[in-house]
Amino acid sequence: MTTEAATIGLTHGGSEDTGLGHRGPESKSIVVPYGFWLFVLSDMILFSALFASYATLVHATDGGPTTNQLFDRNLVAIETVALLVSSFVCGLAMITAKRANMMWTQAWLVLTGLFGAVFLFIELYEFAKMIGEGAGPQRSAFLSAFFTLVGCHGAHVTAGLLWLGTMMAQIWSKGFKQHILRRLLCFSIFWHALDIIWVAIFTIVYLIGTLP
Amino acid sequence: MFGKLSWEAIPFHDPIPLITSIVMLLAIAAIAFWVWRKGWWPYLWNEYITSTDHKKIGIMYIVLALVMLVRGFADAIMMRAQQSLAIGASQGFLPPEHYNQIFSAHGTIMIFFVAMPFVIGFMNFVVPLQLGVRDVAFPTMNNVSFWLSASGALLINLSLFLGEFARTGWLGFPPLSEKQFSPGVGVDYYLVALQISGVGTVLTAVNFVTTILKIRAPGMSYLRMPVFCWTALASNLIMLAAFPVLTVALAQLMLDRYLGFHFFTNDGGGNSMLYMNLIWIWGHPEVYILVLPAFGIYSEVAATFSGKPLFGYRSMVFATMVICIVSYCVWLHHFFTMGAGADINAVFGIASMIIGIPTGVKIYNWLFTMYGGRVRFNVPVYYLIGFMLTFVIGGLTGVLLAIPPVDFVVHNSLFLVAHFHQVIIGGVVFALMAGYTYWFPKAFGFTLDERIGKWIFWCWFIGFHLAFMPLYVLGFWGGTRRLQHISDPSWAPWLHVAFLGAAIIGLGIVLTVVQLLYSIRTRDQRRDVTGDPWDGRTLEWLTLSPPPHYNFAVLPDVHGEEAYWTRKQTAIKQDQLIQEPDYQPIEMPVNTPTGVIVAFFAAVCGFAIIWYIWWLAILGLIGAFAIFVWYAWRDENEHIIPVEEVRANARERRRIRMEHLHKLSQST
Repeated sequence: MTTEAATIGLTHGGSEDTGLGHRGPESKSIVVPYGFWLFVLSDMILFSALFASYATLVHATDGGPTTNQLFDRNLVAIETVALLVSSFVCGLAMITAKRANMMWTQAWLVLTGLFGAVFLFIELYEFAKMIGEGAGPQRSAFLSAFFTLVGCHGAHVTAGLLWLGTMMAQIWSKGFKQHILRRLLCFSIFWHALDIIWVAIFTIVYLIGTLP
Repeated sequence: MFGKLSWEAIPFHDPIPLITSIVMLLAIAAIAFWVWRKGWWPYLWNEYITSTDHKKIGIMYIVLALVMLVRGFADAIMMRAQQSLAIGASQGFLPPEHYNQIFSAHGTIMIFFVAMPFVIGFMNFVVPLQLGVRDVAFPTMNNVSFWLSASGALLINLSLFLGEFARTGWLGFPPLSEKQFSPGVGVDYYLVALQISGVGTVLTAVNFVTTILKIRAPGMSYLRMPVFCWTALASNLIMLAAFPVLTVALAQLMLDRYLGFHFFTNDGGGNSMLYMNLIWIWGHPEVYILVLPAFGIYSEVAATFSGKPLFGYRSMVFATMVICIVSYCVWLHHFFTMGAGADINAVFGIASMIIGIPTGVKIYNWLFTMYGGRVRFNVPVYYLIGFMLTFVIGGLTGVLLAIPPVDFVVHNSLFLVAHFHQVIIGGVVFALMAGYTYWFPKAFGFTLDERIGKWIFWCWFIGFHLAFMPLYVLGFWGGTRRLQHISDPSWAPWLHVAFLGAAIIGLGIVLTVVQLLYSIRTRDQRRDVTGDPWDGRTLEWLTLSPPPHYNFAVLPDVHGEEAYWTRKQTAIKQDQLIQEPDYQPIEMPVNTPTGVIVAFFAAVCGFAIIWYIWWLAILGLIGAFAIFVWYAWRDENEHIIPVEEVRANARERRRIRMEHLHKLSQST
């Protein structure tokens, strides 16, 4: 409590210990990633609802194929490696971007995109194969939940690739300005978050689904 | 080429929607023409439509809410009229398929397009001012959020003129809302409109949580924030965590309808109770998204008009955050009758009763704030007292409903309808009306007429009780909700009283328009020259009314709780302001049409999806993406307000304030 306020006795009382955050507004380099993190958390809740739906419906196969008959661990292993490597390479791109190295940044970002595309290609191949076998999302509630959960992650990866392409063009035309770097940081948060969700999908859908 | 869209979509054979939509279209055309004749379009475009100023965006939200309130109320009075006519032999004037659309539209509009934009509007206008800063964390995104909400509202209104609206109730429960039972475009209008406005709401939540946690004036620590900011924080945290679940539930229903998935269908292993769970995991927290900021408004009103600090500030903050968390643990009480078993029902029943405890704490805090205070009976205080009387009864009927065996008896009855209207009208709407009166002078520089304001209050208060108390009785007698026809003639008197109540509320809404027009006409007699018409305690009253774009020439340095009150009392005591600070040029975000263009494409895309016009949907998506890329390529982000302008404005403000405070200082 300040002395002037105390002398006229106009505050609630309480100590001068004010708790956190009394420095005034934070800079953009804090605010922008912070806001983006909140968005990512909200996205995670979106996925958690999809996971819950999947868990509810996984046995509702309506006499159709079950998890064990559909999933191929080896294929999914390759898919997973592609996505994880893509994330790692994205980390390398961030390092080179901080050093303002245009050539290497672009190179790593191209690789990030390529590995992401490989992941997406394998996923689409798996989807096409399942639909070809008559195990499309219209077959049963289980398959509806499966295609929605995995497909929603795939849609996020697709959106990420679109974003990545735009980012690369932007870095190329505008260089390593502060706000461009902030956007790149947000992209990398997004890309890593998709990994976390994929690890959960890998475990809950594919690993548990192929238990004997 | 045009999907399902054909001339048959226009309701030529249905006089009520046809005439209503023609009147609506004529009214919009007339207003547009009038604005054009007055030459106000450039002003509207520059100062509001493309504005990134949180105050302007807040005002636009509230205008949207008030316009939609008229629409939602028109639905309400039609329902009340139908129920008081269609008794015994009479069938009333609304056929069942039309009546079902009306109650669905009423609920959807009142929650999503009246209560939500009203509450978000207040948060926009007030929070940055109370935190002592110049804008929200992401000003452009704020504008995008608003226009996405407006697009959703546009699509809902379009359903009146083209096609139909859902007949499935405001939450669209499957399997009724599945393609098999609702083949028309009504449910699609509902789904698409809510998805578009839902994106806007999530962006709002990101924006406000970031703002409140990261952007505050120096010295404004958490436990010095005004209670309205705390409740806004809690409300936005809930939005951030609850709206994605709504998105998922609605998206799954869309997949069922459009692509033949089996989430909630009767066949294929679908499970419609999954939808109930998901929708209420969003739906119950939604209640608190609305009512927590309302509690914040009451807190501000109670402290200001009692001339005392809020009683139990810390317990108020604690109660708010407890409600924020517990609001997630009660959703199952909306369907005790699902048959989840006695154990699960007991857990959720107890959790529902527990959430009444922090709410009770708040009621006592407001009472003790008023106790011993020198209460000034302005319009907001009428709403505060009316709220406490009404809301406590609504809370008690809520506790009754939280007891599973009781709920089995009154589930989906008129008793339930009376209960939730009591907490939403008595809790949220009264607060919105109080806030509207309280902050109006801050937004426009003159106060609203007090006398008409009190009439409006009495209309709402008396009208509400007449309209809903009979429904409690009918609910006990076994009256179910959403009846298009009533076969028991002995209910007639109760339903007539309910209609009378709705009519009185209608008079209150008419008087709100009268009050606005009258206050504008007589604004010169009711100018707020000091910026502090209510002898306020929080920082929004420090700056002038209306505040400059940048709010504060220098960010206020906060010492202690009630930042502005302390500062004001010091100045009065010493008969001088704080030393003139060193003014700096101010950077403010530039206006941008991004929001309105993105929302235009979103609305086009949504319309195309509703009518199965796939090429147009793709075009809409490409358009929205293209405008984002165009925006991302901008170089100019901010414009500088020169120091001379800042200094001149600030000196003028200091002169006005000094005069005012000097007068106060002489009178004490």
